[in-house]
Amino acid sequence: MLTSAPETTNSSPSDTLGAACSGSVLRLLVRNHPGVMSHVCGLFARRGFNVEGILCLPIGDGMCSVILLVVNEDERLEQVIRQLRKLQDVIEIHRKPEARNVFAALTKLSTW
Amino acid sequence: MKITGAALITGLLERQGIGTIAGIPGGANLPLYDALHASRIRHVLARHEQGAGFIAQGIARASGRPAVCFGTSGPGATNLLTAIADAKLDSVPLVTITGQVPRAMIGTDAFQEIDTYGLTIPITKHNYLVRSASELLEVIPDAFRVAASGRPGPVVVDVPKDVQSEMIEVDTLPAPGTADPPPRGRSEDMAHAATLINNARRPLLLVGAGIIAAEASESLRRLAETASIPIAATLLGLGAIPDGHPLFVGMVGMHAARYTNLLLEECDVLVALGVRFDDRATGKAAEFCPRAKILHVDIDASELGKIKQPFLGIEADVAEWLGALLPRVTPYPRVEWLTRLRQLRRMHPLATPGADDPLQPYGIIRHTAALVGDEAIVTSDVGQHQMWVAQAYPFARPRQWLTSGGLGTMGFGLPAAIGAALAAPERTVVCFTGDGSLLMNVQELATAAEERVHVKVILLNNGHLGLVRQQQQLFYGGRYSASRFHAEPDFAAIARGFGVAAYDLGGTGDPLVQLACALRAPGPCLVNVPIAAAENVYPMVPPGAANRDMIDGGIHVDIRA
Repeated sequence: MLTSAPETTNSSPSDTLGAACSGSVLRLLVRNHPGVMSHVCGLFARRGFNVEGILCLPIGDGMCSVILLVVNEDERLEQVIRQLRKLQDVIEIHRKPEARNVFAALTKLSTW
Repeated sequence: MKITGAALITGLLERQGIGTIAGIPGGANLPLYDALHASRIRHVLARHEQGAGFIAQGIARASGRPAVCFGTSGPGATNLLTAIADAKLDSVPLVTITGQVPRAMIGTDAFQEIDTYGLTIPITKHNYLVRSASELLEVIPDAFRVAASGRPGPVVVDVPKDVQSEMIEVDTLPAPGTADPPPRGRSEDMAHAATLINNARRPLLLVGAGIIAAEASESLRRLAETASIPIAATLLGLGAIPDGHPLFVGMVGMHAARYTNLLLEECDVLVALGVRFDDRATGKAAEFCPRAKILHVDIDASELGKIKQPFLGIEADVAEWLGALLPRVTPYPRVEWLTRLRQLRRMHPLATPGADDPLQPYGIIRHTAALVGDEAIVTSDVGQHQMWVAQAYPFARPRQWLTSGGLGTMGFGLPAAIGAALAAPERTVVCFTGDGSLLMNVQELATAAEERVHVKVILLNNGHLGLVRQQQQLFYGGRYSASRFHAEPDFAAIARGFGVAAYDLGGTGDPLVQLACALRAPGPCLVNVPIAAAENVYPMVPPGAANRDMIDGGIHVDIRA
């Protein structure tokens, strides 16, 4: 699924950070159950949309989760969002460009 | 009241109004079949799960309501996949309930275990793996809500065997699942759309399966007649307007009549209602309707701009939208455009050679139509016969024509016809098929015989995979690779072997007399119609070409001339 993640060969952590931080971030509020990640990731794979980064955490009482997706900001993004809205387990979708900071912080993981 | 999960499922299905279920029992859904034994639901035993899936599809397509099929785990589920995927691409409300191995064995590669949930994610609107009997109270109504809401589609409910057997205390059953209210178009778009239509000089309506799903035929006819707008249909939109209507210009796309594709070239506003711009309809999408502003109305927002960027895209239920639009449409005779239509139709009509001869493709189709009348339901398989029927059958009403459009599944026709006959037992159901397609679900002849359904299989038998042979002739230098059947089965004998009456129009009797006899007799029958192997479907737009580039009988004619 994440085969389209930034190439890391010969790239410094700062390059990786750059790739993960470009593009837009989508914030999905989803029902939290074992299949929901498959639904979201499967949609990206079969529609040929790239995901540059992904983060998922349960929130509140655990009935819902938040999924943050780093995606390319191109003319297909609107179509991606419309397809995501059709997933029954997706409750809300917002564009959150400011959430790129979260991924910038996480790129330190690559040097662990 | 304490009941099993399985009894809860059948109880909830009864409350949904499900009268007939097609399926096959197996190890992992035995509790469900035990509950069915005590239910008033009629079960139709298919001979292959794909048959069960298409029987349910036939019920759903003929009735417009969600239909149900059952299968067991493992191979039961994998055999259902084609019918589920077919329902997804053609937006058919189908609820599939599969057995699964007991919860404790999931993930252990148990006997007949397969990840049905994972397999069906990409081919369903939604799917569920039920983890307790109490979840069924929510999941079953929700499955019907999802299947019927907005753009209809298939839903899979995978139920582990121990969940089916689990005892649960149920006081009251939940209300049946019903469709959510559809999206309403924005009012400012309505004014914009009306202006676009009122100011158009050469408008054209293009209608698809969405018009039929929304039951919008009457509003469509009123719009067309008020504003004098010709109507073209996609493969799945046929029947939305009667074939003989003066404003109907036939099917668009790869096998359209020449004048139909020409009108699309010339139109200045394309009003696209409940269509998804499939490549078989548009040809090369970038060159589809090159002069037209596109007004696209669809209940699924993700279809707007997916293939063609509309001038105005509206997310709405097309029936409601047309109802609100009609008072804003100015009556207009549009003499010039309709004169052009008649001129093009006269110059470039659909050629139907052999339409009088029951032993030629157009002839058997026209004669069958004349004998069964407008009340009959027509299904097809996939291939040349499907295109000949789409071109030449005089469809008179919505839900008369059931065919596999998006997935193009050979093997669809016979089980779908059985389903349609179960849903509408008062009607004759004609299944046009080919010798390639029929063999892909021929086992359902046994189901047809058992249920004594009024299904008439008209087999256009050319001893080939005809559309493959045609493409090899036209585009692969006549190198016929694996498109001819060297062993030609005796289909009449096969049908009789299944207990189905059979007629062979290639024999000595008068073919028309035999055809009339076959169509009149009650119960299922098969009519073998030998067709010349060299027959091709024309016109044809080569795959990937623009719709204006139609070939006809091997002679390329540029319609721009």
